[in-house]
Amino acid sequence: MRELDFLGATMLQLLGGVPLTVGLTAGSVAVGAVLALLLALLRANSRPGAALVSAYVFVFRGTPLLLQIFFIYYGAGQFAFVRASVLWPFLREPWCCALLALALNDAAYASEILRGGFAAVPKGAVEAGRAVGMTRLLLLRRVVLPLAIRQALPAYGNELIAMVKSTSLASLVTLMEVTGIAYAIISETYRAIEVFLCAGAIYLVLNFALTRAVAVLEAKLGPAGT
Amino acid sequence: MNTSNPFVLLGFGPNGWGASLVAGAAMTLAVSIAAYLVGLVFGGLAAWARIAGPRPARRLVGLYTTVFRGIPELLVIYLVYFGGSEALTSLGHLFGRSGFIGLDGFLAGTLAVGLIAGAYQTEALRGGFLAIPRGEIEAARAVGMGRLLMLRRVIAPRALRFALPGMGNVWQQVLKESALISVTGLSELMRAVNVASDSTRLPFDFGIAGFALYLVLTSFSGGVFRNAERSLARHERAR
Repeated sequence: MRELDFLGATMLQLLGGVPLTVGLTAGSVAVGAVLALLLALLRANSRPGAALVSAYVFVFRGTPLLLQIFFIYYGAGQFAFVRASVLWPFLREPWCCALLALALNDAAYASEILRGGFAAVPKGAVEAGRAVGMTRLLLLRRVVLPLAIRQALPAYGNELIAMVKSTSLASLVTLMEVTGIAYAIISETYRAIEVFLCAGAIYLVLNFALTRAVAVLEAKLGPAGT
Repeated sequence: MNTSNPFVLLGFGPNGWGASLVAGAAMTLAVSIAAYLVGLVFGGLAAWARIAGPRPARRLVGLYTTVFRGIPELLVIYLVYFGGSEALTSLGHLFGRSGFIGLDGFLAGTLAVGLIAGAYQTEALRGGFLAIPRGEIEAARAVGMGRLLMLRRVIAPRALRFALPGMGNVWQQVLKESALISVTGLSELMRAVNVASDSTRLPFDFGIAGFALYLVLTSFSGGVFRNAERSLARHERAR
């Protein structure tokens, strides 16, 4: 009975971190998606742009996210001009830094996924769009992006799950999301296994819901009749 | 004492942090290799159970891969590190030792990251096995190969060839996840960067050094996997 009470109380405490976990995920994924689109377009449309983007992707995919978070949170404050700038109130906040690092990291992975989607768009579809006189922007919006996004969706779903997991690193810059609260309870009670079970269940439920949502979207965006 | 000359800071002199960063990188490499090997054992066993095991074993493997691919790595490290220390402490009490016994950071980190890597490795190895053309296995059977010979001469090399790209991804992941082991106090690269940043109050400079060292590790080992892929595919005709 006392065991159940502990699990219940732990669960309640951990659930308090869910809004922050979800908020960090949603925020960083939203910013990351916009950046990823810009990066993928830059990569596809200019040679120096392509070199720049591939360097960006190389750095962000080749180094640990934790280092990226620490670098933005602690590294930026080293310079007096940064501390004096208008951005400092944001860069001082762990929430902003974690969000920025997560978004930049997500953008690197998502732009590569989107690049694969662009490559899978049939040439004929683009030519047909051009033949009926679509402008570049209209062609992008009505033909290229819908096809590319549909193609990239399964891989992007995996990236979304990776992002949910990645938000746990925000706890190392003092943010009390689910993993941060879990750590606090463990160091208070020394009951790692019970706390892990509760926190793990929360993440599994979040990721399961996300997987289902992506599957529904996939079916919805699929060609009619399939 | 305080200097901001990067050549002195990153050098190997008395005021330089070069030696500690390089030692950290070596520790990162060591713990990553250990974790990868642990993951290979877990992944190999799990893939085997998943392919050829009875239904309960397959279920268990499904649970293992779902849990360890769906839960944050940091949480798994906390579980192994603190859970392991709890277990050790209560074991110590049994043998009359009082007080807290902490699990070694290297051991806990290796086990935790290895458990996670094993879950991804399971999928990579299973995919490799499933990609073997049926005809090759039938041909091996037709010439009268025994199960073990077939495993050694046909299934293992062919599955490895198809699984290698995925296995390379798992290695990259392990290398980057090893940074999280710094929370146990193990002085790998991430921790070395943090210690140097705190002592000198130059987190920007040492962050850059950390990025550079991690990029060296990830790109060189990526090259090793690419070479292995090329050598395993060398008998195939270019298409």
